[in-house]
Amino acid sequence: MMSEKRLMAAPIADPETQEFWDATRDGKFLVRYCNACSAPHHYPRTICPHCGSDDTYFKEASGNGEIYSFSVMRRVPIPYAIAYVTLEGTDISMMTNIVDCDFDSLSIGQKVKLVFSESEGDGPPLPTFTPA
Amino acid sequence: MSINGKAYIAGAFEHPTRKAIDKSLAQLHAECAKGALEDAGLTKDDVDGYFCAGDAPGLGPLSLADYMGLKLRHMDSTETGGSSYLIHVAHAAEAIALGKCKVALITLCGRPRAEGMATGTAPRNYGAGTPDAAFEFPYAPTIVNMYGMCAKRHMHEFGTTSEQLAWIKVAASHHAQHNPKAMLRDVVTVEDVVNSPMISDPLHRLDCCVISDGGGALVVVAPEIARSLNRPLVKVKGAGEAPKHQMGGRVDLTYSGAAWSGPTAFEEAGVKPADIKYASIYDSFTITVLMQLEDLGFCAKGDGGKFVSDGNLISGVGKLPFNTDGGGLCNNHPANRGGMTKVIEAVRQLRGEAHPAVQVPNCDLALAHGTGGSLGTRHGSGTLILERE
Repeated sequence: MMSEKRLMAAPIADPETQEFWDATRDGKFLVRYCNACSAPHHYPRTICPHCGSDDTYFKEASGNGEIYSFSVMRRVPIPYAIAYVTLEGTDISMMTNIVDCDFDSLSIGQKVKLVFSESEGDGPPLPTFTPA
Repeated sequence: MSINGKAYIAGAFEHPTRKAIDKSLAQLHAECAKGALEDAGLTKDDVDGYFCAGDAPGLGPLSLADYMGLKLRHMDSTETGGSSYLIHVAHAAEAIALGKCKVALITLCGRPRAEGMATGTAPRNYGAGTPDAAFEFPYAPTIVNMYGMCAKRHMHEFGTTSEQLAWIKVAASHHAQHNPKAMLRDVVTVEDVVNSPMISDPLHRLDCCVISDGGGALVVVAPEIARSLNRPLVKVKGAGEAPKHQMGGRVDLTYSGAAWSGPTAFEEAGVKPADIKYASIYDSFTITVLMQLEDLGFCAKGDGGKFVSDGNLISGVGKLPFNTDGGGLCNNHPANRGGMTKVIEAVRQLRGEAHPAVQVPNCDLALAHGTGGSLGTRHGSGTLILERE
């Protein structure tokens, strides 16, 4: 079963995450890192959820990853694949959708790459993934 | 300091309704409160502590104390979704142990059916101020696809199968056939479950719980009050609570917060999983039960599929009778929050008041466990160990 385009809800930016959403409009996908413990985290916060330091910063991600888990929501008008994707070179996984894909060919561990998807209205593009 | 032996569950009531078009939400809370207090042999004027969660209307304990005419000296609106009510029992025992109240009332009610809520298949919006909202809501996480991801990962890591998960529904249906109020009373087979429509891989329709209106209430009292009442003594012996979340992105969907709340409760109670005669296990989906059984220590991590197979959860057949009222999978799941009914059936079992066809003989030690929120993102876990004296 091939995926169809599903119009995604627009994320509502707040002062803490405005920079992330401004970057997606520039075609960049940012991950938040901590200077104190060097660890990345997601979703982005100003205070590191791992060590508690407020010395955190954004860094552009490679956009590569692999599927940690996924589920194809079938009993809705436009079926879609929700997933956690583990980001390349990190131990963190983010919630996302796998788009432009054959649902029945998806598997855990599969390599995927970043592709931005439109959001409703004039919302910022959303980081999604597609089979690499 | 421990709560072991500091409080007793003296009253328990499950609302008979499954679709409450003709009742208000506050009315349901009051009817459950009345039912549980009458069960205990108490009245509302005896209540000095009140506990409710996010299902309560308006300003929670304020709105409902006003509606029901309660005079209180202690209140608690701990909100951890469907696990709230197990945690309320623990908090009530703590408050009683500290002398903050002597008769604690806990209520849960909701009418998602009457309101036509798309409980499992529409993403829930907890509001723009919710920190994860922008990073999750657009991807349409629903209750069923979040638990679907847990099941998928469990299958990947441990070889768990859909047929093994189906045994959980089969066991619940064997119990529900004896419950005239259960929404799904037909006994189903493993084949029925795996051949039912796929909702969100790998969860089929029959892997999911029912959607129902209704609710329930509990009355937790100080020991001297429990002994003055003409009811079996159901002692709160141990409790544990914990949140589990995405750990800053270090997502691990293979276990739940029961891995923390369970051992805490067992330690406080001074008992082991093998001592438990009956278990109420939160059953929003079949995978929910399987993961929690592992995390609570009833079997090793990854062995849940084998543990639940071949009727091992069926009362009178298997080693661990579970959810003998039919549970959320077959009986009811009021307000989309199954924690309250988990405690109520455990109390019935300990009193010897479960249906004779499912009553566990000499049931003197029971566990009730609840999950609230979503195993796929962030959830609360509450474990209770209860003993009949």
